[in-house]
Amino acid sequence: MSSTLAPRRRTLPVTVQQSPGYWQSVLHRLLRDRVAMAAGAVVLLLLLMAALGPWITPADPYAASMLKRLKPIGTPGFLLGTDELGRDLMSRLMIGARLSLFMGLAPVLCAFVFGSLIGLVAGYAGGPLNTVIMRTIDVFYAFPSVLLAIALSGALGAGILNSLVALTVVFVPQIARVAEAVTTQVRNRDYVDAARASGASAFTIVRVHVLGNVLGPIFVYSTSLISVSMILASGLSFLGLGVKPPEPEWGLMLNTLRTAIYTQPAVAALPGVMIFITSVSFNLLSDGLRSAMDNKGAA
Amino acid sequence: MFTYLLRRLSYALPIMLGVSLVCFALVHLAPGDPLVSILPPDASAELAAQMRQLYGFDRSYPEQFGLWLWRAAQGDLGTSIATGRPVAAEVMKAVGNTLRLAVVATAIGFVLGSLFGFVAGFFRNSWVDKLASLLSVLGVSVPHYWLGMVMVIIFSSSLMWLPATGAGPSGSEGWAWDWEHLQFLVLPAVTMSVIPMGIISRTVRALVAEILEQEFIVGLRARGLTQLGVFRHLLKNAAPTALAVMGLQLGYLLGGSILIETVFSWPGTGFLLNSAIFQRDLPLLQGTILVLALFFVLLNLIVDLLQTLLDPRIARA
Repeated sequence: MSSTLAPRRRTLPVTVQQSPGYWQSVLHRLLRDRVAMAAGAVVLLLLLMAALGPWITPADPYAASMLKRLKPIGTPGFLLGTDELGRDLMSRLMIGARLSLFMGLAPVLCAFVFGSLIGLVAGYAGGPLNTVIMRTIDVFYAFPSVLLAIALSGALGAGILNSLVALTVVFVPQIARVAEAVTTQVRNRDYVDAARASGASAFTIVRVHVLGNVLGPIFVYSTSLISVSMILASGLSFLGLGVKPPEPEWGLMLNTLRTAIYTQPAVAALPGVMIFITSVSFNLLSDGLRSAMDNKGAA
Repeated sequence: MFTYLLRRLSYALPIMLGVSLVCFALVHLAPGDPLVSILPPDASAELAAQMRQLYGFDRSYPEQFGLWLWRAAQGDLGTSIATGRPVAAEVMKAVGNTLRLAVVATAIGFVLGSLFGFVAGFFRNSWVDKLASLLSVLGVSVPHYWLGMVMVIIFSSSLMWLPATGAGPSGSEGWAWDWEHLQFLVLPAVTMSVIPMGIISRTVRALVAEILEQEFIVGLRARGLTQLGVFRHLLKNAAPTALAVMGLQLGYLLGGSILIETVFSWPGTGFLLNSAIFQRDLPLLQGTILVLALFFVLLNLIVDLLQTLLDPRIARA
């Protein structure tokens, strides 16, 4: 056997070049997408700000002072002014990145895990189990997402954990639907049939043949939910249903500064600007990722 | 068509039942005694038991659910714990106010969104397309409650062109389609329209780009049709999907109006939901969520049926 192969190797030199993997080409396309890269840089900056939080804030974000209430932007010592209790707004915005980003990312992450799991089981099992799971999912999907989030956190009461639960419940059906759809597609491929015919167990088939093919699309869909999650989570705090004072969170800050829109409009609008920037950046990054993963797009 | 209608209905009814069950269960998730907000802290055990019986909280959950559903089907959503008024009347009044806001917002969003979407899809990769895409990304990313605040800051507080809050010169009572009342609608409706605008513009752009790549467009052009002629065909092909997206957006706005209503003190369902949550008024909370969710399911159904009527290619029956 080896004696017949050896001369062929010599006659055919390096034509069998390893083609770059799928993920490598996705990364390559993403790196060339200038808009997505700029958005990614902003996201990175925000994450850095959240991580370094207490070490880089110019002042104590909790130190209140009745004398220094609602100072305008550019006040010496308070670069972005002060809030309704005289706390340094810049410090609060920086520290606020921690809770706001957490409340935006954590529900999507939880929903990604549970939604994928539910969708995988429903899609791979098919039959009556699929029907039962998907009809239940449909019931939750039948609620407008803002309504479901508010109803749930309204029933559970304010608090970080309750908001997290409420938002996760909102996103699980959406992710599960996508996961079920892609799993059903992959399940009917020939290589899955072949694996089944060769005696592989369901667990092995899912782990080896299905998971790698479905996680990508589910992941991209989930990233598009981050911006929704940011807006909803801050919205819950804005209504008084999320993070409780005095913790700095952008939505909550927007709520407490709402009374100041006639006296210090620029200061009052600032926390919203942070939410806006974050949500736009996540959206642009997610869009870039989607078109980078879509092979039909410009190579 | 008739068989399709029946099939679609047989799918919608279990969903509606499920939705009611979720609304019911949701409220019973709430920790604490549902009557705590009206019972005085030193109420005797007998009084508490009496109240419990009055509101039906002493029965088993399945019994409560069955009774609630049976009454809801007859238009009776119980009595508000906080105000003592019937929930159904309160909700219906609020739904009217929210519907007015949501319909106007959806209309603005649809007109602008499909305009941007059409232009962007038709002149793909031009600067108009880039601008429209940017606008739609901004539209879906903006925290609309913040946008509402900014609108108030600009148009009410600084320019003093429009009123900041409320739904008319005499509060929430009486509505007329004149400028006296309409000026109260402008800011909340424009703020609200940003979301459907972004989504509709995205959908229409993708739709137009997809249709333009199809062979019949090449055929039409080969037959010597003008741009305008091609555009007419494009419109006919894109309309059903665009309208369906619009219908769904209306449903989302109805259910999601709470944040905007809070900013503008608009006396709609969001306002009702807000007070129900903070006063722990369980019957009111249950009723409002149920009505909004059922409205959304119904809207989905209508959109689906209309789409089959509008689009002869969907032969679902």
